[in-house]
Amino acid sequence: MVEQPVLIYDRVDQNRRNTMLLLVGFVALLAGMSIVIGLVVGLPYPYAPLLIIPFLIFALFSYYASANVALAISGAHEVTKEQEPELYRTVENLCIGAGLPMPKVYVIEDGSPNAFATGRDPQHAAVCVTRGLLQKLEPLELEGVLAHELSHIGNYDIRVMTIVVVLVGLAALMADLLLRLTFFGAGRRPGNRDKGGGAAVIFIYVLAIAAAILTPLIAQGIRFAVSRQREYLADASGALLTRYPEGLARALEKIAADPDPLEVANKATAHLYINNPLREHGSFLNNFFATHPPIQDRIKLLRAM
Amino acid sequence: MFVVIIVLAVLLGVVLIAGLAFLGIYNGLIRSRVRTNEAWSGIDVQLKRRASLVPNLVETVKGYAAHERVVLENVTRARAALEQAGSPGQAAQADNALTQTLRSLFAVAENYPQLRANENFLALQQELSDIEEKIAFARQFYNKNVMDFNARIQVFPNVFIAHMFNFQPFEFFEAEEAAREDVQVSFSSTTAT
Repeated sequence: MVEQPVLIYDRVDQNRRNTMLLLVGFVALLAGMSIVIGLVVGLPYPYAPLLIIPFLIFALFSYYASANVALAISGAHEVTKEQEPELYRTVENLCIGAGLPMPKVYVIEDGSPNAFATGRDPQHAAVCVTRGLLQKLEPLELEGVLAHELSHIGNYDIRVMTIVVVLVGLAALMADLLLRLTFFGAGRRPGNRDKGGGAAVIFIYVLAIAAAILTPLIAQGIRFAVSRQREYLADASGALLTRYPEGLARALEKIAADPDPLEVANKATAHLYINNPLREHGSFLNNFFATHPPIQDRIKLLRAM
Repeated sequence: MFVVIIVLAVLLGVVLIAGLAFLGIYNGLIRSRVRTNEAWSGIDVQLKRRASLVPNLVETVKGYAAHERVVLENVTRARAALEQAGSPGQAAQADNALTQTLRSLFAVAENYPQLRANENFLALQQELSDIEEKIAFARQFYNKNVMDFNARIQVFPNVFIAHMFNFQPFEFFEAEEAAREDVQVSFSSTTAT
């Protein structure tokens, strides 16, 4: 029973704190991985942690490029007010209601109804909807969906998600590297410092394999937990913004009932969308790793508001 | 001697903490006030846009329905009242009056097929209804900020500072009728994990 802040500013503060915690946790994880990688490649101890520097540069680069990458791989194109007056106006109005700067508006030419928001902060944000969404939804339903997406922007969810995605990608990359290194024997080179201590080498290898397997699992778990919570919250704040939860509820029903899969979505971008674009079969594990809460639960909650 | 130093240190600590708390509260109030003023200018921009479209609309209607003088005069008068309105409360009242007169103007326009076919008229009608919606959203944002600020200057430690620096509560910008019902959002069931 956590009391939720009413004004967007307070929730932003809360999100900033969570982001800091997340960052600290992840950097610790990555630092640990760097040290293990360093040891496996045979770097002397004091220099091993320095390996984190190139990884951090990679992370920073992906952080600034992520919005454009997400939009590019979804095949989205930017639209102007003249091209899509109704869509543009709805976004404009909702931004006034939420006190947000106007984001860029993108459309994906795909018949499957879906939408997402991305960017690192409200000043660099973009909302993206599919052609199918514009065709299949009534104005009030579209408004509900857009309010949900703008809530992600206003709550800085997009930043948290961007950071999480970048760091999860990095963790996966490092784990991959580690597995390759241990199996293909970079550490077994002649001239390795650990020539004498067989037990120590084995210990490092066990550590490396354990880290390589566990790190992406932990990272994915964090990412999905964060993602699901935020969907409920964005539903709620979106409903506060439009004062009409029924609009989003009906939109979600339509989206869930739609048979078209979104062709441009993949595992990397699935968490961005308002509803999971990849129609997977529900199993326990899938539920645990699901990027979105079950849509029926969301509709039920919206109807109860 | 030793006791005196301890007492002084404790006193200094208390003063320091009180000073920091004071600073925090004062800055928080100022920030909240700036935000509310900003939210107000969000409404004000739309009100000005709306008022600036009215003369154009009146001219267009006159071209087709010059003898609907009463309706046209009402609109012009409501616009003038809106431009003179000072406080948010007055502005809200004047804006609601303008909404009413515009509504009757558009109702009258229904009787003039040629006017209804006029492109300029249609564009103005659409733009005005868009502005009306934007005002509704801007009002929502402003009122939320007002609620937050007014609550802040009334709660316990803040109330002294608010008095000291003469922080006044803001007026709400009230709509004539609730176009959309209020929603009660309960977060408690959604955040439990």
